[in-house]
Amino acid sequence: MTVDPLNLAAILAMAAATYATRIGGLWLLRFVHVTPRVRASLDALPVAVLTAVIAPSLMKGGPADMIAAAITILAASRLPLLAVVLIGVGSAVLLRHVLN
Amino acid sequence: MAGTHQSGLTAVSAWDEFRQGTIAVLPAAVAVVPFGLLLGALAAQKGLSTLEIGLMSGLVFAGSAQMVAVDIWREPAPWVLLGVAAFTINLRHLMMGASLSFHLGGFRTWQRILGVAFLADEIWAMAERRAATGQLHPAYYAGLAFLLYANFVWATVAGAIIGPAIEDPTAWGFDFAFTAIFIGLIVAFWRGSGTALVVAASAVTATLTQIQFGGVWHVLAGGAAGMLAAAVLAIIRE
Repeated sequence: MTVDPLNLAAILAMAAATYATRIGGLWLLRFVHVTPRVRASLDALPVAVLTAVIAPSLMKGGPADMIAAAITILAASRLPLLAVVLIGVGSAVLLRHVLN
Repeated sequence: MAGTHQSGLTAVSAWDEFRQGTIAVLPAAVAVVPFGLLLGALAAQKGLSTLEIGLMSGLVFAGSAQMVAVDIWREPAPWVLLGVAAFTINLRHLMMGASLSFHLGGFRTWQRILGVAFLADEIWAMAERRAATGQLHPAYYAGLAFLLYANFVWATVAGAIIGPAIEDPTAWGFDFAFTAIFIGLIVAFWRGSGTALVVAASAVTATLTQIQFGGVWHVLAGGAAGMLAAAVLAIIRE
């Protein structure tokens, strides 16, 4: 149970850097005039960012992950999120086992 | 004074909002446990003490940034590099915070300043989803943050302690849990053909950027491309 000073410095640097990115967004819009177009792109932001996070790893995951993603999309259009996750993980495990 | 200046919600409904928040975040809070166990185990392998690992998760609270940091960690700790790496990986939070700022009307200043410290991807997405269908209450946000934060911190500490016994969760498909959560959220945000255009622009740009440059720039590039597509669509529809 020790804390090395340099490790602590690294942890604090990471914490400060992360917090700066999180609080910074709240200030960002004070310098932007929110026209309908800006508003439309900000409304699209959640979907755009969520897609950007998962798309590359899905493509890299090959057919097993792609099919699992398709099954997950079907599940997501009619089931609550917890069931969607269970179905998604279940189909990914199964398909990776069979196809990879 | 108390009568003239009320927050608009009773203690009971605030508690109810909190409870609804913890229920909404439950899938992510379950999925974060194997991830946290692995992160803690990897950090322990790099020579970080259990206390340091707990401090990192408690203060940074950014899973992907910590995963990358643990990967590049060495003795003595390159703290400037680690800080810059965390900043780069978390730049996407700038976009998220900008978008969320529209929905923080019900938050007091201190609630905003404290609340954004917990702006992990899943919490942000759930908060946006709540705001899309009604009012985002601070207690709901606190419920989201509480359960995910608690599980993430104890799971990384537990991972540090039981270290070598942890198996790679990708072998079991646990890594797909986050993909499934994000897919579920994208579907929940679906608003017709406009959304399809945003998804297509973001997916193609993010994948090409990842292939070309590696690292984490694909999140910013894909996010920007999706926003641009929405702006272009807004101009066409005007």
